[in-house]
Amino acid sequence: MIQSIDDIRADFPILHRKVKGHPLVYLDNAATTQKPKAVIDALTYYYTNTNANVHRGIHSLAEEATADFEATRDTVKEFINSAHREEVIFTRGTTESINLVAYTWGRQNIKEGDEIIISAMEHHSNIVPWQILCEEKNALLKVIPITEHGEIIMEEFDKLFSPKTKLVSVVHVSNAMGTINPVEEIINKSHAVGAKVLIDGAQSSMHLDINVQKLNCDFFACSAHKLFGPTGIGVLYGKKEILESMPPFHGGGEMIKDCTLPKTTYADLPYKFEAGTPNIGDTIAFKAALEYIQSIGKAHIRKHEDELLRYATEKLLQINGLKIIGTARNKISVISFVINGVHPQDVGILLDNKGIAIRTGHHCAQPLMDFYEIPGTMRASFAVYNTIEEIDKLTEGLQKAIKLLL
Amino acid sequence: MNDIKTIKEIENEIVEDFSLFDDWDGKYEYIIDLGKKLHPLDKKYKTAENIVKGCQSTVWLHAEHKGGRIFYYADSDAIIVKGLISMLIKVLSGQPVEDIISADLEFIDKIGMKSHLAQTRANGLLAMVKQMKNYAIAFKAVNQI
Repeated sequence: MIQSIDDIRADFPILHRKVKGHPLVYLDNAATTQKPKAVIDALTYYYTNTNANVHRGIHSLAEEATADFEATRDTVKEFINSAHREEVIFTRGTTESINLVAYTWGRQNIKEGDEIIISAMEHHSNIVPWQILCEEKNALLKVIPITEHGEIIMEEFDKLFSPKTKLVSVVHVSNAMGTINPVEEIINKSHAVGAKVLIDGAQSSMHLDINVQKLNCDFFACSAHKLFGPTGIGVLYGKKEILESMPPFHGGGEMIKDCTLPKTTYADLPYKFEAGTPNIGDTIAFKAALEYIQSIGKAHIRKHEDELLRYATEKLLQINGLKIIGTARNKISVISFVINGVHPQDVGILLDNKGIAIRTGHHCAQPLMDFYEIPGTMRASFAVYNTIEEIDKLTEGLQKAIKLLL
Repeated sequence: MNDIKTIKEIENEIVEDFSLFDDWDGKYEYIIDLGKKLHPLDKKYKTAENIVKGCQSTVWLHAEHKGGRIFYYADSDAIIVKGLISMLIKVLSGQPVEDIISADLEFIDKIGMKSHLAQTRANGLLAMVKQMKNYAIAFKAVNQI
């Protein structure tokens, strides 16, 4: 049964607070989503009832905590449809997942003169790890150009391939523009030349059905906090045979099979990549977040968000001097925009004064801002709990702000 | 120099001005107005080395030293920051070096704008205050040599 918007909003306690005397209008969901009560309750339950270190203890609490912790891995496996549960590695988030691949697979496989391809719309977290790796290995980082609409130019992508192409790492959905990239095609073309593919799923995982087997990507990274879950917990999916061939990332407890002073042998997947006591509480609560998404259904989420996107696009374009940055045919519920003669930061401050939270700035995608020759944008990003009335408040707030500022 | 008001006196005047507003809309309207009226910074001072970089907005700050006092000139690409700068200039520009160094700038808190100095705002204002004081500290150090 599809829940009503009021029912959904009732599940998120924070949506009922006021900011600067106004009801909160939270339109910064691409930065992080709010948390449903089920997630907050799961955290409270864990610390109230089952807190213990996982995988090692013989006592009841350790057993319960371990069972709950590993249950999240099974839920993630279903959520992304991986073939094996041990292909799901818990990390601190998308950034750490990408760094894990760069520091292990990258160091092992990238040699001098090799090439890595990214796109011009990447988040800094899918740029900097590869820059570091390329500098260390004397490898080359190539960039797929984009159109004025913010879409990858596939013909240009084809031209970037060479026998030295070892990895293609692209964002599934742009955080700054909402563009949905044709990752299936990118993956197929990359595999045809023998390159591995990493998909940055930080933004896509909430809005699109994720099926890593169907995508056939080699790595997929995402973060719980953009999926109604806690901060500080994320996922790296990797194909089993690739993960098995990779050296560990961090050394320490949990990741060893046998540790003697002359030599240590490493644990099997997934523990080889999960050194130290993991983020147990947040991992357990992550399960509640994924179950919450499943209870609403991705199809319903997408439908509602698409309606919000259409309505917001239409309303915003009625504002004089407003230009939308990122007008791809295929996009999710993110609208970045600039307004003639108005600095994004001023608008952000004035909207906040009305309880409206949007993001302003470069969105950790400075190369993309350079492409559009702008210092930054204002960005409204919607979630399933946002309403048409909130978009009206946004446009009203924008009009008032512009009147004051110009 | 009896005709020049002290930092505290100017701060008190600003606090009094702000006490007239009973809501935030009025305060922001006033600050935006100050920003629009700020004397434009001569282009020759809009140099890379005069930039006080925030995460989102840019501030240019130029300072001159005359007879133990420091005079500030500044600009920003964001208008609210510019309004806040205008107040800082009103308070600090033309004041004795020692007074600038020891100024606590309590008025920012008293008019409810302290959040603009918080790290989260990342708008360069915090860096701006630091830089204004640094000029004073540097002028003092040079004078003592």
